[in-house]
Amino acid sequence: MTSRAARPFRFTGCVELRQTLDVHALDERELMNRIGEVPADSIFFHTFGYFLRHRAVTTAYGNDFARWAAVEIGDQALAERLAVVDPFAFSTLEALREHLVTILQDHLRGGEVERRVEFDRGFHFQQSHIVEVPLGLSAETLVEFRAGLAAVDESAIYLHTVETRTRERRADAALGELAEQFERIDPYLTSLERIRGRLLGLVDVALEAAPR
Amino acid sequence: MRIDEYRRVAIPGAIDFILKLAEQVKGRRLLHVTGGRLGGGAADSLRAVVPILSELGVDTRWEVTGGDNAYYATARSLQAALEGAERVLSEEGLARWVDMNGLNAKKLDLDADVTIVHDSQPASLVSARAAGRWVWRCHFDCSSAQARAWAFFRRFADQYDLAVFPMPGFEGRLGIPMFVVPPTIDPLSERNRDLTPREVSEILMALGVARDKPLLVQVGRFAHAHDPLGVVNAYRLVKKHHDVRLVLAGAADGEPERLELLSHLLEVAQEDRDVVVLELPPEAHRQVNALQRAATIVLQKSVRAGYDLGAAEAMWKGKPIVGGYAGGLAQQIITNVTGYTVHSVEGAAFRIRHLLNNPELIPRMGAAGREHVRRSLLITRELVDGLALGVHLTR
Repeated sequence: MTSRAARPFRFTGCVELRQTLDVHALDERELMNRIGEVPADSIFFHTFGYFLRHRAVTTAYGNDFARWAAVEIGDQALAERLAVVDPFAFSTLEALREHLVTILQDHLRGGEVERRVEFDRGFHFQQSHIVEVPLGLSAETLVEFRAGLAAVDESAIYLHTVETRTRERRADAALGELAEQFERIDPYLTSLERIRGRLLGLVDVALEAAPR
Repeated sequence: MRIDEYRRVAIPGAIDFILKLAEQVKGRRLLHVTGGRLGGGAADSLRAVVPILSELGVDTRWEVTGGDNAYYATARSLQAALEGAERVLSEEGLARWVDMNGLNAKKLDLDADVTIVHDSQPASLVSARAAGRWVWRCHFDCSSAQARAWAFFRRFADQYDLAVFPMPGFEGRLGIPMFVVPPTIDPLSERNRDLTPREVSEILMALGVARDKPLLVQVGRFAHAHDPLGVVNAYRLVKKHHDVRLVLAGAADGEPERLELLSHLLEVAQEDRDVVVLELPPEAHRQVNALQRAATIVLQKSVRAGYDLGAAEAMWKGKPIVGGYAGGLAQQIITNVTGYTVHSVEGAAFRIRHLLNNPELIPRMGAAGREHVRRSLLITRELVDGLALGVHLTR
């Protein structure tokens, strides 16, 4: 994308429609069992999706499971063990699921006292349906791409960096060699605005290096 | 209100995003059905949303169901039983409710691409569905519904294509997909629009609330669910250390239990001149707006709650919240950032004292609360969810 791209890059935002699964956990053992059973999309929602939902305030817990263990169960040790799980480090959602179950299994073997919460404080499993929103912005040159990247809705940063990369396991061909550098950006425990900043930084370096 | 008027209150880019999203459902026919046009909840939200959707090019209509006294009486009892209250539901009453909705179905134009039926009163209209997709939008917590009422109601609810609840955990058992769309506030409504300091002063003067000391304000029905007596006890613990005034504002709705509670609170107010109890009519939006703006700290110490938006309203006005851990409050308040959720009278008093002893936290939390509402709890977000649901259902 140093000159004019054969295929323009089209910026697309998204809306996350949340579906509740009527699957609930009221203690840590139930959380472990349910994580083992729910659809993979639910694992995605409570781990990767956390980065879309918590964009404004905090990513302190890294995923919904860790947040629940800390805030509702009050088990800080489990919360810490779950919080350090970087979903981007797993090649598949099944591998991520397996890892979460193993953490809970090990934790429960430790014989710590299990606390059970009332229903309204339980963990309510959900999954999402992503509705894509074409933003009417496209880029054929790196300069146009930078302008679009700086201006688009945050949800476009999520869609292009988290959704397509993890759920669909694809990089955007229109980005060419920049796509590989974008792949190396670590979205874990940061905000979408910060990711936008890092992407802009990479584009700026590429623009500097481009022949004039 | 027109969509462009929300540009000055929504996050940058939000309105352009809505316009882009609306292009995907432009020309689609959307129908909302409620049990009435007045009051809060669904009707309150639709009064703002319907004209905006029409402006966005979505052909939007709003119909209401009606009936005789027996119909309304059964509808009220059914709604209460679905919310978990003990009610006697007679076979004849339920049959009458179904028959009247059958008549409503013949009378109303139900031809639409997406029909959204709100709450329980009009819900059995779905039996007359012909074309399009049907959504049951539930605005209350039906997770503890009376078993018999739910078994009766479920045969209608299961005829919808999907149901929408205000938050996860509020759903009853259904055989259809269940989505979550939290409610929102309209920042340009009479209850939430900006007021000048002079307007606030005039309204408080008219209400007889002096502003010579910090104000702790709780707005909410005089019902045990909102624990106004617990608020008085928390105020008494705070009063030992800080010279504050407590304002409890709300309605008793003519219910005997609430009237008794109100009378008790009025006795407390007679003994302590720094406790002000205001019985306000449901349409006193401007007064509530001014009270929330005049508050130093807003309290919402509910012990049982659906998804009341009092916390969101107060945060929009830049106030820190001390709220009970109940229903939607725990979803609205971000602890340590926009306020605190508490589980006891002592907890409420502790957090109020903490804020009064560290006054720099009050504007900081207030500002964080306003930004939190701007992003997550404004009507612009509900428009996005509603439009996206339309895209999802019609693609």
